[in-house]
Amino acid sequence: MNMILPASVSATPNGTTSMPNGTTRPQVRIVIVGHVDHGKSTLVGRLLHETGSLPEGKLEMLKAVSARRGMPFEWSFLLDALQTERDQGITIDTTQIRFRTRSRDVVLIDAPGHAEFLRNMITGASQADGAVLIIDALEGVRDQTRRHGYLLHLLGIKQVAVVVNKMDRVDFGADRFKEISDEIWAHLIGLGVTPSAIIPISARDGDGVAEHTPRIGWYQGPTVVEALDTLEPARPLEQLALRLPVQAIYKFDDRRIVAGRIESGHLAAGDEIVIMPAGKIAKIKTVESWPVTPLKGSHGAGRSVGITLDRELFIERGDVIAHAGATPRDTRRIRARIFWLHDKPLSKGDQILIRLGTRETRASVVAIEKAVDPGELSNEETKAIARNHVGEIDISLAQPIAADPYQENPRTGRLVIEVNGRIAGGGLVLSVDAGQRAVPIDIVPVESALRPEERSARYHHNGAVIWLTGLPGSGKSTLARALERRLFSRGGSPILLDGDTLRAGLNNDLGFSPQDRSENIRRLAEVATHLARNGHVAIVAAVSPAIADRAAARRIADTMFREVHVAAPAEVCESRDPKGHYAKARSGALPSFTGITNDYQPPTACELRIDTSVRSVADATEEIERMLGETGILFDELVDLAANI
Amino acid sequence: MHLLNPETSGHRLQSAPLHEASSVPKIFPGSRLPPPSMDHLDELEAQSIYILREAFARLKKLALLWSLGKDSNVMIWLARKAFFGRVPFPALHVDTGKKFPEMYAFRDRFGKEWDLDLKVEPCPPIDAVDPTLPPAARSAARKTEGLKWALNKYGFDGLIAGIRRDEEATRAKERVFSPRGLEGGWDVRDQPPEFWDQFNASVPQGAHLRVHPILHWTEADIWAYTKRENIPIIPLYLSKEGKRYRSLGDADITFPVASTASSIDEILTELDGTKVPERAGRALDHETEDAFERLRVAGYL
Repeated sequence: MNMILPASVSATPNGTTSMPNGTTRPQVRIVIVGHVDHGKSTLVGRLLHETGSLPEGKLEMLKAVSARRGMPFEWSFLLDALQTERDQGITIDTTQIRFRTRSRDVVLIDAPGHAEFLRNMITGASQADGAVLIIDALEGVRDQTRRHGYLLHLLGIKQVAVVVNKMDRVDFGADRFKEISDEIWAHLIGLGVTPSAIIPISARDGDGVAEHTPRIGWYQGPTVVEALDTLEPARPLEQLALRLPVQAIYKFDDRRIVAGRIESGHLAAGDEIVIMPAGKIAKIKTVESWPVTPLKGSHGAGRSVGITLDRELFIERGDVIAHAGATPRDTRRIRARIFWLHDKPLSKGDQILIRLGTRETRASVVAIEKAVDPGELSNEETKAIARNHVGEIDISLAQPIAADPYQENPRTGRLVIEVNGRIAGGGLVLSVDAGQRAVPIDIVPVESALRPEERSARYHHNGAVIWLTGLPGSGKSTLARALERRLFSRGGSPILLDGDTLRAGLNNDLGFSPQDRSENIRRLAEVATHLARNGHVAIVAAVSPAIADRAAARRIADTMFREVHVAAPAEVCESRDPKGHYAKARSGALPSFTGITNDYQPPTACELRIDTSVRSVADATEEIERMLGETGILFDELVDLAANI
Repeated sequence: MHLLNPETSGHRLQSAPLHEASSVPKIFPGSRLPPPSMDHLDELEAQSIYILREAFARLKKLALLWSLGKDSNVMIWLARKAFFGRVPFPALHVDTGKKFPEMYAFRDRFGKEWDLDLKVEPCPPIDAVDPTLPPAARSAARKTEGLKWALNKYGFDGLIAGIRRDEEATRAKERVFSPRGLEGGWDVRDQPPEFWDQFNASVPQGAHLRVHPILHWTEADIWAYTKRENIPIIPLYLSKEGKRYRSLGDADITFPVASTASSIDEILTELDGTKVPERAGRALDHETEDAFERLRVAGYL
């Protein structure tokens, strides 16, 4: 049962795979793809034999097993290790085998050719640096040949060698070979993939695998082993702009470490960075590691790193760190070329989950174009993309993400689609529509002449956004006004931002649709944050019914955000009805009024919750003040400011 | 182990005119590209750290299966790197009670030194295990049962396991994030697609995921990394009186192989030439053609 080959092929005595000049011996991962029964597993078995990679006695053991089962010996038995595969004679899942050629360590990935197992082919092929596409000389180019060719293009695999197998079945005829090689050449070129070689072989007999034999004397090109020897390992994308998708923020000790893998480019301590999609700016303070920390120097693509920043920003998993002036786009609209693996076709209007880098977001399919079965190359569809088909789609995202077109960055230019918690497809980002918070390249914000400490020394408080959320009539405006008076009388600089007041001016282009409400909140948060950055306490009184909108506001105001849930039972709010809205709404004159439609989403986590049906205004104001003191906004004169800097 | 003769194949390649429709570049070994900034071990390490961080970010209740062997020690080391010194989830040792004394000594010492949240869980008696399995496989299957008990007890939704593709053919087919059924079983016929380091991390209620951060490593990689990072090992791996263990399991079903390798360097030299499989000393792999696969489908590592 144990099919394994010497596990050691990637090592030499000095511990790594060194070449004479001291650099690392290249390891290439090669996937063998093609139509079912065109001889993939046989080629792999033959390659292992020809390169002397088989364990001792394995060949004899397999021959014995074949004889015992009354079957002729098959090279593919080497790979078809699972019982089910032996019974059916097809490769179900990807197998990986290692061997060595003259200048390469090769990891061979044998992917199933059966259409039913395309997801496994993709799983295997996505790990490869290069591919061998195998075609049966008798059968020629088949649907799965074309499909696999197309998928190699979608998976971004550029190095492809083609082998025309079973030449023994066509009497090693050069004409037949030319016919097939012309057809596949044209197909691959059409996809933008240039084959590095097209090789006539008989995997069963060995012709063209490692040796030129007289039977293919008319062929002058490389053998399979020679072609493998020219494949290059995929290089980390060090030449491209920095992209560091954030995996997590760790606070295991007093460090706040932003962890992730550099997908492209370089970074070093001291670099000015932009956190996308929000566009916040910071500097890398240190590059952390273990057991030695901090690390010096530049760190390039492929490294898993942890960095600390020079300021406390709200940053979360899914954000992408880039250098100023070379950021990815932030977008809520993406056009992608995808392959689809789910049983249920992907249709216009479908709700899906998108994963791009470490970001996940809900999304909906706005349009489907050019859906096609890459095996048939005809019958273009525009309503849905069926299983194992490909197509181009327009996607609208529930939240902004940072992305690049794949031509600019293959790592941040590809996405997967999840349905019911399972990966259902994936593809390349063709284009992105830049969002409202566009790349801060051309805008140069002018900084205030005053330092924050100067302002806080005068006001005895730091800048803050106090966000009062609650049902209409819950007492937000009353509390906001009381708080404003209170802070002002202790020498502070509070500014009231009432939702309705802003709607009269700045936001008078907005209605009450969910999109408009979100935009209303975004503008409130931006204005409030600007005030807070300049040392003021912005007191926002806004119903802001959606949790997502308030989370967006928190992202904008970041560490300055203090959310206060002004809670009162709905009946109490309606009985107060200070603006007469409830009465109007009950009469039908005020559609989509939050108070009676039950669409208010109370906070699950906020800095403070005050029930105004049981508290006096003075009491409630004092409690907000206390919270502000405890969370570092208000302080007494005696505090040594320098200690906080 | 090279059938290709370097001289002749090099000569042939450089002198052979290429097929008219091809454009295979000529080979100039070792001089074509600037040296990469990361070596092979750096790449393996970075990928494993990425996987560990993804698991920690996307699963709620993780544990790392610590079998005390060379692979899981490397894995713990990688977890400490990923999380800057301390492993932020429990290390679970499913104890058959039949490990070598050296293994228990190692566990007791490094569980403390590495500041692990160590959880030791016993396995059920042999009578509780499928009697149709061959003896060694049946004995190993106790571990699967012990694992199920531990899963029930703690409610882990993710188990980090140190299996490698090169160890054994069925393991070669594993995903990095590998969903298990409610009974802990592995449905090899219906594995979800996994590509571009995007992992399927949704766990149905009551089931769990296996996470395999060193799936892409080889036995030689493990030793080379152990040496580079100076990770402690159990001395049974080194040759004593002409024998050493390549793989450590239960004392009664694991056997040493003939070897003179008494240091990691010598192990690497030995591996470079051997054609003996790593698990040759693990009796349970060899009882019948499919015993190991049956174990794995039922939830064995």
